[in-house]
Amino acid sequence: MVPVSYYLVLSAILFGLGVVAFVFKRNIITIFMAIELMLNAVNLAFVAFSRSLGQLQGQVFVFFVIVVAAAEAAVGLAIIILIARNRRSLNVERVDLLKL
Amino acid sequence: MTAELVIFFLLAGLAVAGALNLILQRHPIHSALSLVVVMMALAGLYLLQGAEFIAAVQIIVYAGAIMVLFIFVIMLLNAGEEERTNLSRMARWVGLPLGIFLLLQLVYWIGRAPEAPATVAASPAQTRKLAMMLFQEFVFPFELTSILILIAILGALVLAKKES
Repeated sequence: MVPVSYYLVLSAILFGLGVVAFVFKRNIITIFMAIELMLNAVNLAFVAFSRSLGQLQGQVFVFFVIVVAAAEAAVGLAIIILIARNRRSLNVERVDLLKL
Repeated sequence: MTAELVIFFLLAGLAVAGALNLILQRHPIHSALSLVVVMMALAGLYLLQGAEFIAAVQIIVYAGAIMVLFIFVIMLLNAGEEERTNLSRMARWVGLPLGIFLLLQLVYWIGRAPEAPATVAASPAQTRKLAMMLFQEFVFPFELTSILILIAILGALVLAKKES
């Protein structure tokens, strides 16, 4: 049986890589994918805890996280299409209207 | 080393390699495909922990629906490779070390945490219990998510439609 801490460390690694991708990438679609990666890492921790504590609430939470992620992806990608139409670019540095 | 541990390390390595590839690839479609690899590996890990329902939902909703939406948008917008600018150099020299520092901190502190009490063996009829829980204890939030999705559909339509 795999110890819970292995799953938690894997979850931390994936979350950290998601943060690195979030600050490092310049393409707005890739940044959005980094957010999905972080959500997935948290889901893994939820399932690991659900198993180690012998309670199913963790899996119910994962279910809700996936539903919210689906809604978020739909709205977020619509916003990305809007940005691409207005700015003619997917680079986040071009979205600087609020900057001094 | 038991078979379960071997499968765990195989899938974990696959997930980390996919996540690394997401960062290293410069074309968004390559990043999207490596994210699909990560999600498939995670579905395998859920199966390993006896969460069959979550594994199925992970493949159907995440790898099937959400990632197809991503790839669809990448192709629709004809996204090319990332361009390098002065600001992206700053992201490399400031953002990358800080991100890696956060990653190491997370792994270090979680790895040091005391081991949880003895794990319970996964019960066979988990999906049935999950369904009971979802439709009894959590029925109100469950219904709320349907409204959330409805609002998300309307929002996406309003945002993405062409102004006449």
